[in-house]
Amino acid sequence: MNFLQRKKSANSAKERLQLVLIHDRTDLTPAELDALKDDLIQTISRHVEIDPLGVMINVAQDGRAQRLVADIPLRSAARRRK
Amino acid sequence: MAAQVVTISSGKGGVGKTTSVANIAVALASRGQRVACIDGDIGLRNLDVVMGLENRIVYDLVDYVEGRCRLRQVMIRDKRLPELYLIPAAQTRDKTAVSPSDMVRLCDELRSEVDWILIDSPAGIERGFKNAVAPADRVLVVTNPDVSAVRDADRVIGILDAEEKGPASLVINRVNPSMVKRGDMLSVDDVLDLLAIDLIGIVPEDENVIVASNKGQPLALDPKSKAGQAFQNIARRLMGEDVPFLELETPGLFQRLLGRKQR
Repeated sequence: MNFLQRKKSANSAKERLQLVLIHDRTDLTPAELDALKDDLIQTISRHVEIDPLGVMINVAQDGRAQRLVADIPLRSAARRRK
Repeated sequence: MAAQVVTISSGKGGVGKTTSVANIAVALASRGQRVACIDGDIGLRNLDVVMGLENRIVYDLVDYVEGRCRLRQVMIRDKRLPELYLIPAAQTRDKTAVSPSDMVRLCDELRSEVDWILIDSPAGIERGFKNAVAPADRVLVVTNPDVSAVRDADRVIGILDAEEKGPASLVINRVNPSMVKRGDMLSVDDVLDLLAIDLIGIVPEDENVIVASNKGQPLALDPKSKAGQAFQNIARRLMGEDVPFLELETPGLFQRLLGRKQR
């Protein structure tokens, strides 16, 4: 591995801690978060047609609070009618 | 004026809680404040040796709680500072010998005697921690810039919030500026990003901390020590002063300073 491109260990520490702390604070494992995403997509799809490939659901940190941020693109009604 | 009760906790052991308590206590007392520190680590007492008072212990916290002595008898006076006292933990009992309400009662009685009550919390988040936090007006969380200390600090900060003892203030201890500079240690900013709480102190790693505890003389009284100065600054911030944070020197200068001190 190129020494100059070696990732700084402090950066790995920070990235790993960011993920660990989200799970510690929310008591939500990565597997549970995936299950939650699938449920959300299914539920919303019952009401409106969405683009499942464009769905982004993440836990974001806002100070010491966590929020679930979902970006769910809807298919336009005009395109569906064609 | 009634004393403020400040509990020092961390979650993880070995991050420097006892060192912080001893040094902040000495720093406050050197500024003319009346200070009592309580060792909350029943069964694993250490604050007495770090402060150099181990030979003066007659009664301990459990003796007071169980009514075998009066408050003044359990307060051990420091060797150097006339208004600094230690209330030692019992060594032969366990955490269940004291309850959170015992700690509240002790602090209520102490409040009129001193200006500051510092409580050294044991590691962990169980009974001993709950005892130490029960009477607190504010809590300082000590951490080190490493993954396990930061993770445990986050847990403790979360518990303090849930128990309405927050927001806690953070002491980042054992910062090694040259490791931070070469990217092998989380920086102060990294730790603050992760934990998202207020900072009250940055303490550089300093070999003299071990020398000081060997001698039982907290280094906050040594004006040449960087760590000692950092603890003095924490004391001043507790007293309400607006003190800028120490610039941690670039490695070259830091090393030179250490070298000069050792001569």
